[in-house]
Amino acid sequence: MSGTWVAILLAGAGTYAMRASFLAFANRFVDLPPLAQRVLRQIPPAVLAALVVPALVRPSGQLDLWQPRLLAGVLAALVSWRTRNVGLTLVVGMVVLVVVEQLT
Amino acid sequence: MRDGITDVAPMLVGIIPFGLVAGAAPIAAGLDLGHAVAMSLLLFAGASQLAMADVLGSGGGVAVAVVTALTINLRMLLYSASLAPTLSSERLGARLRVSYLLVDQAYALSVIRWDGNDDRRQRLPYFFAIGILLWSSWQITTVIGALVGSSVPDDVPLDFAVPLVFLVLLVPVLQRWPSLVAAAVGGTTAVLAAELGAARLSILIGGVAGIVAGALAEGHQERRREVTPR
Repeated sequence: MSGTWVAILLAGAGTYAMRASFLAFANRFVDLPPLAQRVLRQIPPAVLAALVVPALVRPSGQLDLWQPRLLAGVLAALVSWRTRNVGLTLVVGMVVLVVVEQLT
Repeated sequence: MRDGITDVAPMLVGIIPFGLVAGAAPIAAGLDLGHAVAMSLLLFAGASQLAMADVLGSGGGVAVAVVTALTINLRMLLYSASLAPTLSSERLGARLRVSYLLVDQAYALSVIRWDGNDDRRQRLPYFFAIGILLWSSWQITTVIGALVGSSVPDDVPLDFAVPLVFLVLLVPVLQRWPSLVAAAVGGTTAVLAAELGAARLSILIGGVAGIVAGALAEGHQERRREVTPR
């Protein structure tokens, strides 16, 4: 078996193990102490921001606050906040990015 | 189930171009169709598939490829921990199937919906509707990408749809003050870590910093409430 296959199998097994890590033992998560619940509540905002913010402020691998992706992202965030409409948010974000890229 | 389909449908706009690219990348890097399909089936995680194709195609070793993919996917540990309490009464088999389909979009939509005021019996149907739609879209688009290459035009920045989807998922969780602290610290730390060269670890570093900051902010808020009862 080639190295490529070994790599794919190991990475797949490892990724599944991480996805199942806590879910496999979730039956023990019935009465969590308040501190644990407090920590778990922070996961969505913390991780999603860690995914989003770098994509907006360093799109080409270095910090750059003067480029269209940050502007498009901020406007899309406003649309998402006011309307909660996923489709509209995606359209506004993409259109602003395309238009600003064309103009500059 | 229908709610799951309605909620995830607009997000497929981001999945389709990403899937085409993730299918085309291994071929462009010199791997074959079997590798591309196996990556989609076994990893089912776009960023790590792209990185693996990059490492293996440029002659990086097996260990480097595996460590790179796993580093990118470390956030799955946090998703698993986050959903575990809400699925604690489900059977093991169901939880193991949820684990296979646990990707960013499925996680974020579910964690927002399962707020404790929802119907518990609808949790698995909601998750599986989302997960199966994302999974099938991903498998189909990666095969197409591998077969015909990524014909996504360069002047349409479709890659931006991916962070936009995460943004749409982020906004509704910023309801409370501690969540804002968690997001602000998480985002800023991820950027700083990336600037300092943490590369693929920067998401996890930012995430953990945000979690700690948010938990501290919430603890502070609760202590203030105890001191000044309303």
